[in-house]
Amino acid sequence: MEKLSIKRLLMFAFGVMLSCVVFGQQVRVSGTVTDAADGTTLPGVNVVVKGSLVGAITGINGEFSLSAQPGDVLVFTFIGYLPQEITLGSQTVVNVAMRTDVQALSEVVVIGYGTVRKEDATGSVKAINSEYFNPGVVSSPQDMVIGKMAGVQITTGGGAPGEGATIRIRGGSSLRASNDPLIVIDGVAVDIDGPTGMRNPLSTINPNDIETFTVLKDASATAIYGSRASNGVILITTKKGSAGKPFTINYTGNVSVSTPIKYIDVFSPEAFRSLIQTKYASNAAAQALLGAASTNWQKEIYQNAIAQDHNLNFSGGLGLFPYRLSVGITNQDGILKTDNLKRVTGSLSISPSLLDDHLRIELNAKGMIIDNFFANRGAIGGSLSMDPTQAKNFLWLNPDGSPLFVAPMNPLTQLYDRSDVSTVNRFLGNLMLDYKLHFFPAIRAKINVGIDQSDSQGNITIPVGSFLSYSTYAGEGQAREYGQNKTNALLDAYFDYTGEFGDHSRLNAIAGYSWQHFYRDGKTIETSANGMKLYANDDYKSESFLVSFFGRLNYVLMDKYLFTFTLREDGSSRFAPENRWGLFPSAAFAWNIAKEDFFSDRVVSGLKLRLGYGITGQQNLSNDDYPYQAVYRLSEVGASYLFGNTYIDTYRAGGYDANLKWEETTTYNLGIDYGFFKDRITGDVDVYYRQTKDLINQIPVPAGTNLTNQIVTNVGDLENRGLEFSINGKIIAAANTDWEVGFNASYNANKITKLTAVDDPNYKGIYVGGISGGVGNMMQIHSVGFPSYSFYVMEQVYDAAGKPIENLYVDRNNDGAITGDDRYRYQKPSPTVFMGFSSLFRHKNFDFSFNGRINVGNYIYNNVFSNSSYANMAASGYLSNRVTNVLDTNFENSQYFSDYYMENGSFMKLDNVSVGYNFNNLLDNKLKIRVYGTAQNLVTVTNYSGLDPEVFDGIDNNTYPRPRIFLLGVSVTL
Amino acid sequence: MAMKARFYKLLTAAVILSSMFVTACIKDLDTIPLDQDVLTADKIYAEYGNYEKVLAKVYAGLAVSGQKGPDGAGDLSGLDEGFGQYTRGYFYAQELPTDEAILGWNDGNLRDYQEMDWSASNEFIFNMYSRIFYQISLCNEFIRETTDAKLGERGFDETQKSAINVYRAEARLLRALSYYHALDMFGNVPFVTEEDFVGSFLPEQIMREDLFDYVESELLAIEDDLMAPKLNVYGRMDRASAWMLLARLYLNAEVYGKSVKYTEAVTYSKMVIDAGYELEDNYAKMFAADNHTAKGIIFAIPYDGKKTKTWGGTTFIINAQVGGKMVPANFGISGGWWGLRAKPQFVDKFPTDNSDERKMFFIDGQAKDITDMFTFTDGYAVTKWSNRTSAGVAGQDGTHPDTDQPIFRLADAYLMYAEAVLRGGTGGTRAAALGYINDLRIKAYNGTSGNINDTQLTLAFILDERARELYWEGYRRTDLIRYGLFTGGIYLWQWKGGVQAGVATDPKYNLFPIPDADMGANPNLDQNKDY
Repeated sequence: MEKLSIKRLLMFAFGVMLSCVVFGQQVRVSGTVTDAADGTTLPGVNVVVKGSLVGAITGINGEFSLSAQPGDVLVFTFIGYLPQEITLGSQTVVNVAMRTDVQALSEVVVIGYGTVRKEDATGSVKAINSEYFNPGVVSSPQDMVIGKMAGVQITTGGGAPGEGATIRIRGGSSLRASNDPLIVIDGVAVDIDGPTGMRNPLSTINPNDIETFTVLKDASATAIYGSRASNGVILITTKKGSAGKPFTINYTGNVSVSTPIKYIDVFSPEAFRSLIQTKYASNAAAQALLGAASTNWQKEIYQNAIAQDHNLNFSGGLGLFPYRLSVGITNQDGILKTDNLKRVTGSLSISPSLLDDHLRIELNAKGMIIDNFFANRGAIGGSLSMDPTQAKNFLWLNPDGSPLFVAPMNPLTQLYDRSDVSTVNRFLGNLMLDYKLHFFPAIRAKINVGIDQSDSQGNITIPVGSFLSYSTYAGEGQAREYGQNKTNALLDAYFDYTGEFGDHSRLNAIAGYSWQHFYRDGKTIETSANGMKLYANDDYKSESFLVSFFGRLNYVLMDKYLFTFTLREDGSSRFAPENRWGLFPSAAFAWNIAKEDFFSDRVVSGLKLRLGYGITGQQNLSNDDYPYQAVYRLSEVGASYLFGNTYIDTYRAGGYDANLKWEETTTYNLGIDYGFFKDRITGDVDVYYRQTKDLINQIPVPAGTNLTNQIVTNVGDLENRGLEFSINGKIIAAANTDWEVGFNASYNANKITKLTAVDDPNYKGIYVGGISGGVGNMMQIHSVGFPSYSFYVMEQVYDAAGKPIENLYVDRNNDGAITGDDRYRYQKPSPTVFMGFSSLFRHKNFDFSFNGRINVGNYIYNNVFSNSSYANMAASGYLSNRVTNVLDTNFENSQYFSDYYMENGSFMKLDNVSVGYNFNNLLDNKLKIRVYGTAQNLVTVTNYSGLDPEVFDGIDNNTYPRPRIFLLGVSVTL
Repeated sequence: MAMKARFYKLLTAAVILSSMFVTACIKDLDTIPLDQDVLTADKIYAEYGNYEKVLAKVYAGLAVSGQKGPDGAGDLSGLDEGFGQYTRGYFYAQELPTDEAILGWNDGNLRDYQEMDWSASNEFIFNMYSRIFYQISLCNEFIRETTDAKLGERGFDETQKSAINVYRAEARLLRALSYYHALDMFGNVPFVTEEDFVGSFLPEQIMREDLFDYVESELLAIEDDLMAPKLNVYGRMDRASAWMLLARLYLNAEVYGKSVKYTEAVTYSKMVIDAGYELEDNYAKMFAADNHTAKGIIFAIPYDGKKTKTWGGTTFIINAQVGGKMVPANFGISGGWWGLRAKPQFVDKFPTDNSDERKMFFIDGQAKDITDMFTFTDGYAVTKWSNRTSAGVAGQDGTHPDTDQPIFRLADAYLMYAEAVLRGGTGGTRAAALGYINDLRIKAYNGTSGNINDTQLTLAFILDERARELYWEGYRRTDLIRYGLFTGGIYLWQWKGGVQAGVATDPKYNLFPIPDADMGANPNLDQNKDY
């Protein structure tokens, strides 16, 4: 921001000079310049009569006045905003609302521990600001940038309100350790695992409070975050007040309705009845079980869901104290009946500058209270298997009248018999002190203290006698109460030196220290509904620390040659003292070719070559904070052992690896930023290669050597290579009309190159990807030479008519028998290529935008279909419906491992279409109103036969369907 | 100048202060568990009271799948806590490939297990193998930590030391039991003892006959340290358990690559018989919710509907055994899992009438033949196990039974004695053998109507009698192998070899393969023949 203000000052000075030259014989024209986004007045805007030296600068209230004559063209320019031209008619009052120029705004990009001029950036960094966020129902920050950035894949978990999402930046670099990026909000690394009882840890932040969303992708940009940077870093900055701006109130609110898009094809009541009557013609007992009703269970469990969202914010500059205060309220129902989320968020930001601008203080506080009612998602599967000939209140019974719990549960009972609520409070705050030394102003001392605190409480209750509690609780109901506290604290202290040298050369150096503490404790008590039987009584308490030293050197030589070096040393309490410290260096070089004298191309306006290299680490083991220590764990409820007449609580020796250490990822990145036609077209291309070695992996121990069968240790290597491309074009950029389109595409190939300590050609790999159906069935495998999570299936044999032959597979290992050894690796769940596209068209006060995504090569195991065979449809004292896909297979028994169920899930989705209209000149320019409407999840084009081809882990098993959403919103600024 | 001096002073102070601060923060990295339920090893063994708790875990390794019942803090990773429990894995391995049982669930490669065409990647085999070696590791750790030297260093008094010595002998017995399972099922296996340490090393493979010697020597070595028969508390093993294991080891010595040891088998089964145990009159009581009061049980794994819960053990057997028209309440449970049934060849071991009270089938709505292994009503259901007491009172919990799982039973000692005598073991007599068999049959027939005479006392009869007496208790695979009937085509049962009528199978299936996972993890291992 500092660079920006210097530019502002320069412009201001220039404008003052201009305005001194005044010509006579003209009319006086005056007016106010405001910010189109929030209606605040803009001081310091240059207003010039085109083709002349006549001009003025807006004052503190955004007002200007100058002499001109009708027919003159007034040109309004202001750094960071799009220029505007107004042809004077007879009017003497000209009010102008200026729109921010994202290109210009991003001139300064946020990087780790500071900012850098965009043209000086050497890493692969992508920033998106609020104006370009996705519209519509966005309950969490990541929803706003889905599809907007090459190399960043965001997959929501489903269609539940506030549902979490999986973010992958350039594929996953780890197998067992976390593949989530580090998320830093206003300088505080936040806990992405979140507290229990929360749907999405990122929903702490009200999307309306976010100013920019910056993604650091390559190691030269992320390595400053060392140990937690292997999967990229997302920097979120929130909106702040700014000095000198008048008090502004903004209200934004919307109402939306979500509707289910489609249903899975199951047998209709009539078809089901005739199937039972023909297929089980000889089974009189089965016939007798048929009901007389006609129920569409899927339609019974889903609904059209209403949601509303209201946000109020106040901002301004109270003397030296710029501030912004916001409050948001969200109330969202899910399309699965009973599902609900209520959220209240508040945020306060104060950013004063004291002592002659020597001391800048930034205080951010964000709070959130969430109340969840989690609908029982078992109903989703239940609605497919419940007998459609039964009435809505029907339950299956044993011949003796007791509940038959191996039968499908009535999905409405599942929804209404189980109460699952949680309340989560979370606070995220930081205080940043930025002191410019009085005796050496080039050096700033910065301290950032942050805290991320959350506590959650939840209750799950099932009443006594409810059929839901029979399978595990013998009908005695369930009362489960859980709570968790998490406190993560952070202290960063560093020096920042900035020097400018005469030959357009600049040096920025930082050196500092960071300390982080992660603490959590929690408790779960579970009893029968009457409290008489104790099922669980667990508590836990755990912590870990990270201590780091870091430094960065940015050197810009003659505005053209850019060098960055970073070094970080991290110490993690999760490793033994000998292995505790990890050193993570990076280096980058960039060449601003467009600034070379020999480069005077009129077509190409920007060209920068970037080369980066860096090593990042990984120590996120998620659950275990003491993996290198030999510890004994006391047993909990239900695992005691009887000696004589006494039940002894037992101590279990746990497995451990005393030599556990950092996982390291080395990244090479080559990138080109380009601009054509005065940056009307901009974009970038990046290629990267990432190699992870010493993967933190859970592997089988040689039997008998450890106190477990699998140990978390460093074994294995994997690599990701990829190509990213993005292009943004301003197709129209006229005074009243502009149209921008954007497109990005990413290719990523992931391959495991090593998995075991010793090479063994017979070693198949690590089984992953559990499915629904049977016990312990795994459908995916990590194996050497293949992408992680490759599907591991049997090759189906088909008859002449193209129908799969049950239990007949290709004997791929030619041993004469069809066994598990005939499974083969087939495709992977992640897309080979994913793309995003967007369009934003504005004409005067009207705007129209859309954006969408294309995924290619993402494969899906259709678990909904594979669970569907004729088996047990009528064999065990109950009837059970099936997906009509069984008509295609005619499988008598489920053939879970058949590759028949593998499908290419490539898709094109139109995620958002939005129209808006701005009323800018109400109440004498004091009131601005924007109304807009958005349709989300409008179109999906795919060959996938299931509900939705967007399945992150590639195993489609009764995902909460993503609804189509229509939203009407209004924004009022005063 | 003064200004500059002050600056340097300030700077020095700042540097000192910040380095102190940084040092303090680096010390933060030395963490130990905060949870009071989690203790480091040195703290555990400093306190006498903890030894019993660690020993209890070694026993519990047979009973439950983790530190929370029935699931939630599993001992093994990557394996389901349902079938990941020791005795459920043992039931699967010893019963499902045989003529006694079939399980109707389409779980993973369970079908291969039942059809005797499994491979080294079978997860159920991996599970059993993992359980065995996990149990051995638990034993090794306890044995390693209870040497005289270590106990001396920790300053325990003599009473405490001698108590811990008994614990230690029991841990060695538990280890011998698991190594016995390893040599019986897997043959040549990795060999790890308390001499090894926890960490990354590659154990050597021990040959089956050498492992036999090791198990034998361990059992003989601890004999005196163990409590005398019937003197230990319920839930712990005593000398009689070690004798039972020795007898079984000797009876199968030839299978395990040794010369025949029937005389030793006679010796040790006789020692058990003479130790003062009595047969139970009511067969069903030994598998009922009050079986801790039943006679004839030398060692059983205690279960409790509140205190000791698992998805394996008797929870598995009782729930899986109930389905079809069976009334769950009659078994003390709230619903059946529609899983286990008997194969027709086993049903035919019993007389057609109901004179033998051990014949506990449920046939209403059940077909005798197994046309479809996944249909519960194919095959007779079995009613042997129950979560109701012998008086008909339901156990405390409708899902997790109070029924204990017998591991060593007096009846087995009788049967081993008879078989060892018939196979040429000395030190016993045919007459005594006949007497013991008839003792069992008198209990079964509630009188002498089922008694046999000397000519009827054949090895084949004893095998069938073992089936009738010990079915669904985890003996069958070992017994069939000893008789040469498990693989090959002499004896066929439904679904043996993957076809309903049964076909001959490869003799390699007499051993399970070393699981792929361990072959990959340990290059010192050679795979069992023909896998």
